[in-house]
Amino acid sequence: MSAPLLHLENATMQFGGLKCVSDLSFAVGTGELIGLIGPNGAGKTTVFNLITGVYRPTLGNITFAGKSVVGHRPYRITSRGIARTFQNIRLFGSLSVFENVRTACNMHLRHGISHALMRGPKFAAENRETECFVDELLTIFGLTAARDEPCRNLPYGDQRRLEIVRALATRPKLLLLDEPAAGMNPTEKNELMKLIRFTQEKFGLAVLLVEHDMKVVMGICQRIIVLDYGRKIAEGTPAQIRSDPKVIAAYLGKEAA
Amino acid sequence: MIERTKILLLVAVLASAAISLFAGQINPYYYDILISIGINIILATSLNLVNGYTGQFSLGHAGFMAAGAYGSAWLSLAFGYVLGTSAAGTTTMFVLALTTGGLIAALAGLAVGIPSLRLRGDYLAIVTLGFNEIIKGVIQNAEPLGAQRGLGGMGQHTNFFWTFALAALTVYVVLNLVHSTYGSGFLAVRDDEIAAEAMGINTTKYKVLAFVIGAFFAGVAGGLYAHFKQFIHPEGFNFLRSVDIVVMVILGGMGSTAGVILAAILLTILPEGLRALAHQPWLPDSLRPIAENRMILYSLLLIILMITRPQGLFGGPGLKRRKA
Amino acid sequence: MIEFLQQLINGLAQGSIYALIALGYTMVFGVLRFINFAHGDVFMLGAFAGLYTAPSLLKLCGGGPSFPGAAAVLLAAMLICAVIGILIEKLCYRPLRDRPRLTVLITAIGVSLFLENAGQYAFGADPQSFPEIITDRALEIPESWGALSALTLTVGQLLVFGVTFFLLIGLRAIVRHTRTGMAMRALSFNPVAASLMGVNTDVVISFTFGLGSALAGAAGILTSIQQPSIDPLMGINIGLKAFVAAVLGGIGNIPGAALGGILIGLLEALVVGYINPSYRDAIVFGVLILILLVKPSGLLGKPEREKV
Repeated sequence: MSAPLLHLENATMQFGGLKCVSDLSFAVGTGELIGLIGPNGAGKTTVFNLITGVYRPTLGNITFAGKSVVGHRPYRITSRGIARTFQNIRLFGSLSVFENVRTACNMHLRHGISHALMRGPKFAAENRETECFVDELLTIFGLTAARDEPCRNLPYGDQRRLEIVRALATRPKLLLLDEPAAGMNPTEKNELMKLIRFTQEKFGLAVLLVEHDMKVVMGICQRIIVLDYGRKIAEGTPAQIRSDPKVIAAYLGKEAA
Repeated sequence: MIERTKILLLVAVLASAAISLFAGQINPYYYDILISIGINIILATSLNLVNGYTGQFSLGHAGFMAAGAYGSAWLSLAFGYVLGTSAAGTTTMFVLALTTGGLIAALAGLAVGIPSLRLRGDYLAIVTLGFNEIIKGVIQNAEPLGAQRGLGGMGQHTNFFWTFALAALTVYVVLNLVHSTYGSGFLAVRDDEIAAEAMGINTTKYKVLAFVIGAFFAGVAGGLYAHFKQFIHPEGFNFLRSVDIVVMVILGGMGSTAGVILAAILLTILPEGLRALAHQPWLPDSLRPIAENRMILYSLLLIILMITRPQGLFGGPGLKRRKA
Repeated sequence: MIEFLQQLINGLAQGSIYALIALGYTMVFGVLRFINFAHGDVFMLGAFAGLYTAPSLLKLCGGGPSFPGAAAVLLAAMLICAVIGILIEKLCYRPLRDRPRLTVLITAIGVSLFLENAGQYAFGADPQSFPEIITDRALEIPESWGALSALTLTVGQLLVFGVTFFLLIGLRAIVRHTRTGMAMRALSFNPVAASLMGVNTDVVISFTFGLGSALAGAAGILTSIQQPSIDPLMGINIGLKAFVAAVLGGIGNIPGAALGGILIGLLEALVVGYINPSYRDAIVFGVLILILLVKPSGLLGKPEREKV
């Protein structure tokens, strides 16, 4: 078996006396679609924050494509190929839909500040290239109609979709989705599931998905990791997870198990 | 968009050159106001890059202006003779002095920008204010810069052409920056730092860059000021001068260059208008001090604006509402 | 050695003043999470409140400078400042309760500039001499104390120490043992939870402003007793120093503000005594920048992190 794309080894995150994530190990291989589930407060978002460098793990190691990402600033980790969306939508509120996505192309620019100022032919060429790339993404995700709208005018579901588009514009190898279906109705959720699978196939991505909606997670994930109180209590295929007594206990309480 | 700003820049430079030819016929009082308008446009537009577009609230722009004013004045006084007294010689020297002033201010901007990385909002405002005081304090204690006595004797090289050509350049640089993929990093830092980092944007670099570029142009404005007034004093670059510039940016609408330029013009003329008003015979004596002290009006303007229209008079995206 | 002790006494007296003002910054920051830029100007208004009330209050208390007279002026200034503080919050900050912190900060700068400039308009821009509400003289230190008798300790300084000590004890009692004090602490700990638990946020915030402003008013009188020349801009510098003190101690932390104030006072006295008086302000701001870089949560504060 080749080395996994993302590998957490005994990652632990402690805030004061509270261990939000303890001794967590798992791996995500290239092109895999993995679900990360658990009751509220199980530490799922903290895991994302550890992977993307918002927090530095107290103990343990996290490697991406064979190299450790611990201690790197978030933007560096993104440039290595990890992109994410946020549970509480964090779009660039004053920018248009187009500009939001274009901003994510920033780190792939071949030309720097002097080109932005001089605006020579090279700048124009690269500018056109970026615009085409962004417009293509917007078309794929059906956001072209809203291209020049301020992003905060979008309906909630579209904002979530825009977050995914923006993350994709960084051209990642691994995409972390933090509750992308939150607040959506069943039709929207179905569409989202299709979209996630489509994206994963089209861009050859690995996806790590945090989601509360079991139907979504069970429906599209190849493997599921279950967290409770910051610990991994189970890992396996959707069928294995569904029948795991520890998982049922974590979700419904001990007596129900 | 790209072509338009280039043409705009060209038109502004040509127009200022043309007007400059007739400068001798302009009433000196109005000429003085016109130059002040140009300098204030540079100051406000450059501060807008920091406060408006990048969302780093700086209260120390006058400190950078001081660094540029003293840097350029010192160069002029110490080495002014090197290139001779021909028109070409003095002009080259003047451009060198302005550039030096700008670079010294940019260096000061770097010194402020680096601590700013770890600070937000109110803290940053206070630290930049502190830096303003420190720069002033250093000048007050520096004998070669005239210390408490002030510094004078620079030639009056600043004219209409230089002032407005440089104002146009400032506007051009700021607009080109923020309307490019590269420059969208500034706006991203303002809107959401954490999301910006997650999108691969080096927020550190953009914050420092905003401070350095903003400070550079403030320094250039300081150089223009020093070579126009021909006398500079540390107290001319105090906290209140910084507030003047901040009021322009806020009134114009943080992140709206056109609005900020309008505000700079308006707020340069307003105190003059008020001063004229203070001498009107029909004005009750009790109101004269209010007309003479623009700060009473400015402060009320700030409070009322923030309560009723925080995005400024001339629109702009405005300050973002944020959940607690 | 005597020289050093003398600087310590002077520093402690100035530091007490900073401490009283710093408490206002820190308490307001605690409940509202913003820097009340205008707080230093409330201190100035305290001095002017003393200037205008002293003649009639002194007459009431028997005429000349006296302890009861001074106490009456002190209380009057504290009361007037408390009312002003509450009004400022009601008129200027309350409409901005849910707005970005920057909007509130800009407003606070506006309020500060307004008080300074309207003060120049109302009171006149020139310094005025503060009435003698108590005779400030150097105390005789008995010869029997040996070398210590060379020290200068004034009545004003002694008064500063006494009043500050008393006010700090009082503040501690209010914050720890009264219902409003507890509500204040609850609010600074978690505003949402506090209001859900039935804390009347508006009342507590008003109370906090009143309390902080009263302390600033007291500082205004105590300063004016020692340096009886007051002007409408006197609050700018002292206010900034007190703010630095609050940050040094850990903003939002009440004992921290008191500690920070005293440390800044001592630092200043040592800079004046041993380095160069003209560097006093620059060094204090240098300290501010250093703390914010090394330990932004201050000496006694706890770090905060943003939730992602």
